[in-house]
Amino acid sequence: MSEVIAAVFSLQVLRMAVPYALAALGGAITERSGVIDLALEAKLLFGAFTAAAVAHATGSPLAGVLGGIAAGMLVAAVQCLASLRLGADHVIVGVALNLLALGGTRFLLQLFYGEGANSPPAPGYGDAVLASPIVWLAIVASIVVPIALVKTKWGLRLRAAGDRPDALVAVGVSPVRARLYAALVGGALAGAGGAQLSLAVGGFSADMSGGRGYIALAMVILAGWRPAWAALACVGVALAERLSIELQLRTAAVPAELLHILPYVLTLAVLVVGGARRPPPRALGSR
Amino acid sequence: MILRVTEQGRAQLQAAAIAILASIAIGSVMMLVVGVPPGTVWWAMLERTTSDPYTLGQVLYKATGLALCGLSVGLALDAGLFNIGAEGQLTAGVLACALMGTALPGDTPSFIAVPLCLFAAALAGGLVGAAIGALRAYRGAHEVITSIMLNAIVAALALWVGNAFLFQGGTTRGADIVKGAELPHLPFAGSAVNGTLIMALGLVALLTWLRSSTTWGQMWRAVGRDPDAARSVGIAVPRVQTIVMAAAGALAGLAAANFVLGHKHAFEEGLGRGTGFLGISAALLGRTHPVGIGIAALLLGLLSAGGLAVADLVPKELTEMLQGVVVLAVAAAGPWVARHPRAAPKDPVGQRAGKARAA
Repeated sequence: MSEVIAAVFSLQVLRMAVPYALAALGGAITERSGVIDLALEAKLLFGAFTAAAVAHATGSPLAGVLGGIAAGMLVAAVQCLASLRLGADHVIVGVALNLLALGGTRFLLQLFYGEGANSPPAPGYGDAVLASPIVWLAIVASIVVPIALVKTKWGLRLRAAGDRPDALVAVGVSPVRARLYAALVGGALAGAGGAQLSLAVGGFSADMSGGRGYIALAMVILAGWRPAWAALACVGVALAERLSIELQLRTAAVPAELLHILPYVLTLAVLVVGGARRPPPRALGSR
Repeated sequence: MILRVTEQGRAQLQAAAIAILASIAIGSVMMLVVGVPPGTVWWAMLERTTSDPYTLGQVLYKATGLALCGLSVGLALDAGLFNIGAEGQLTAGVLACALMGTALPGDTPSFIAVPLCLFAAALAGGLVGAAIGALRAYRGAHEVITSIMLNAIVAALALWVGNAFLFQGGTTRGADIVKGAELPHLPFAGSAVNGTLIMALGLVALLTWLRSSTTWGQMWRAVGRDPDAARSVGIAVPRVQTIVMAAAGALAGLAAANFVLGHKHAFEEGLGRGTGFLGISAALLGRTHPVGIGIAALLLGLLSAGGLAVADLVPKELTEMLQGVVVLAVAAAGPWVARHPRAAPKDPVGQRAGKARAA
């Protein structure tokens, strides 16, 4: 049992927490600006695919990371176009983008590599957790994002866009633009989280985000839209994921099919027990 | 009742038409990217699916499952709830339906066996739906998040039950259901379309009536339009939300009949997978009207079966991707039509915005 605990609390947890945490930080920024961010799943998935494709093509993992970030920002731009410019429902846009990402990454796999499930191997960061710039990005972002939300003009404006867009209009700032800038930064972080998914295992496989975007959003809500707490909650999810893997390897007492859903059960339990005690941004979802 | 086109109805038709045209345009661009002339692909899709009775039957088979899941999503959307849990509700229905079908004595007559299996499917789906609805109504947990979690949990539970108890000799298929529980195939050259299609048509008619001509329909749509206003006129909003989600879950669960009772006659791993998610597209494209959902299900069934029929021309992933495009296009087309009005109609999908703001 003690070796299970030791393995669970190893540095590898950090590696598993990074996609969740970056998605949650990005989600917190986007949601605080008033845009419902169900498209996190799409940002992770497109980010993971683009990172693997770029790293494979250039041979440079760092270029892959940048590609993942760009992909996340692109999804965020489409999201803003649909829900802010065209006035579509935020939740439906998010689900549509997630469906699009699921089919789209498969389509691109087929188009580029003539194969529907896996990308060719891409150079990544493997098991060397602290050598990965994405891990450091996540650590730095967990500290910087909460501060930037409070201390910078960008943060002030995005929070105003999420709470009182009319007040922002009154001082001559466009809430739509403030939201776009927030969503782009949020998309960049989530895209980097996607890059971690594929670069950590040296390649992309279809549907590799596996609902992490939704879990990350649940953690944002649970944390009352506070980014640092959301990131911390994501470490908890990663611990649960790690625990389920370790138990699958070491014990047959609980069937593997059921262990694998531990993070989902935990998230659901937390939503049932915790509820949302803090109110969401007041203008969340407005168009 | 259906043919009388009101101003609002016309706006809905416009929005659906714009969404379809936009999706066709985007799909055509993607075909050009792959290097195939779009006209050839669209024509081949239409020609190959409609000229051959077998393929046409397959289209109707897909459309049956899609229509039931679409009705599920549409009903919830009418009440301001987004049921992306149809996938899990369907899986729960498939499992329950097959369990009931195999547990019955071998000589059970069909007038007992079929209703029992349908009841089991509806109950299982309904319970999953009710859980989502109750969490939303009483705990404020967003239904989209809880639905996704439950989808994963139900899929894993079904796989575990299958592996541990049902699957026979290294396969991923359980025992056959009793003969009496089987629904007859419809005469389409041996394709999978079956009696569930008739049930789906009946449910389209029933929901159309409930939605437009009963107090119940008025009540759930009032909750969807504006929960605060509904509360102020004495509607128990949390209870309506829970009941509507339970009913939506039951509808998605009933789609199991199409796969288990009508076609495969057993529990299989992954049976009906993806139908619940595609039901979202059907509900949105049908603008939440039951008849519209039925037509949208037919179109999407055509796209889905047609995508396979033209797999020699374009990769089938392209048509998968188009399903997301359809949802995005229809979500944007509603508000666009509303902003360019002849009579400023309101958009039932867009009305969720009021609820989202309140949430």
